[in-house]
Amino acid sequence: MGKEMRKHFDVLTIGGGPAGLAASVRAAECGLRVGIVDDNPSLGGQIWRGEVEDCTSEAASLLGRLTALGVEILCGTRVFDVAPGVIWAEASDAPCELGYKNLVIATGARERFLPFPGWTLPNVMGAGGLQALVKSGLPIAGKRVVVAGSGPLLLAVAAYLRKHGAELPILCEQASWSRLAQFGLALLSQPQKIAQGLSLKGELAGVPFAANSWPIAAKGQDVLQQVVISRNARLETLACDYLACGFHLVPNVELAALIGCRLRNGHVETDEFQQTSVPDVYCAGEPTGIGGLELSRVEGEIAGFTAGGNRDAASKLFATRRRFRKFAGALDRTFRLRPELRSLPLAETIVCRCEDVTYARLRQQRSWRAAKLQTRCGMGPCQGRVCGPATQFLFGWISDSVRPPIFPTRLSSLAAMSCDRQSEHSEVTGGD
Amino acid sequence: MRKPITVKVNGKPIVVPFGSTVAVAVMMAESACRNSVTGERRGPLCGMGVCFECRLTIGDDSYCRSCQILCQPEMEVRTDG
Repeated sequence: MGKEMRKHFDVLTIGGGPAGLAASVRAAECGLRVGIVDDNPSLGGQIWRGEVEDCTSEAASLLGRLTALGVEILCGTRVFDVAPGVIWAEASDAPCELGYKNLVIATGARERFLPFPGWTLPNVMGAGGLQALVKSGLPIAGKRVVVAGSGPLLLAVAAYLRKHGAELPILCEQASWSRLAQFGLALLSQPQKIAQGLSLKGELAGVPFAANSWPIAAKGQDVLQQVVISRNARLETLACDYLACGFHLVPNVELAALIGCRLRNGHVETDEFQQTSVPDVYCAGEPTGIGGLELSRVEGEIAGFTAGGNRDAASKLFATRRRFRKFAGALDRTFRLRPELRSLPLAETIVCRCEDVTYARLRQQRSWRAAKLQTRCGMGPCQGRVCGPATQFLFGWISDSVRPPIFPTRLSSLAAMSCDRQSEHSEVTGGD
Repeated sequence: MRKPITVKVNGKPIVVPFGSTVAVAVMMAESACRNSVTGERRGPLCGMGVCFECRLTIGDDSYCRSCQILCQPEMEVRTDG
């Protein structure tokens, strides 16, 4: 184990996706010392994963700017605790203490997973999850993949998998045709979104798209072999190698909550400059509400300019942000989950995958807290990041607190942090 | 294009493209990464370091999230944890 590392930044960004990259570049352009932290081995976030090597991509040009401006990049570094003006993180070899004057939280979103019989079988994965693995080297050519769940991510994933040679027997979207048609109308005010949609349409030619459709069960002996889907209220069984299944996205708000930023309806509340309820702490991108790439990027720019002291430049972007927020509203309405999905799990279906807690045990509980105390639901290593959003949908439970460490952390890192805090304390009190 | 890398998954050599994560090597070998608390075999779910389903043992380090770690030559990966 290496010795702990200490650094200090004028602006520190947590998260290296579009929002975090944009914020860091704008803050660095203001002439400040900027650092960017990401848990993944390289920057780009989920949407630009693996694209930073493609030098023609937007991701690569942002990354080029970042490097030219001298922004310090800390990848493979996971935040686990905070103190005022300080972030504690763990890199592969050592813990680090990162001081900041201004913090930009750009922690992105994760997929929402819903339990159904067989969803714990190997090769049943998130839609974004399977795409991430393919981007990380998994060969997919010739494999049969059922894509199912909800949200525009399914289309992007299906197009990507097909481009890389996968065979897609069907794409199931739980939303109804009428909701999707309204979404199409909402898109008319967003030329670039229509262009994206049309280019996807070409790549998706030949893939049957089924609205009003969702997975009922995954089957197989130790590994996935078949998926049963409900397609317009009729059951169909399909043989496949992978089920790529996610039900839209949920924002990663754990870090913001730990710092004490006010949340509303599960999102981080910000003012027009992306400032949270905590002074000098900004938030940009999906944690403020699921809105997609363009909204994330412009929110990041606003946060970066403001953190860098250039409020004039920030306020010039308000109109652009307003336009992209309309799209966010349309997303919410269109991909709201239908109540039928609450009856997918059977009594013996596992809901909490870390602690293997079944639906039968959970439905006897009154609250998230009671479920934790009585069944250990949400107390495994994912700390409720998977079962939390699922039980919120199934039972209406709200998880009521976030506690450090916000990720499983080595004892040596916790020890380094606590030594450090004690020495600070002794300085203040005179060491008695 | 850098050269492919060979790692061992439960003693079996697996060749992966340069830049692949350990989760990819395991999926090419056998799909599952770990045993759940009730003994079910489990494989990757989120692919982005959140769900911990892909955790496994690399060398002497247990509890490694295989989707967040790049393959290195000579890595010894075990999925019996």
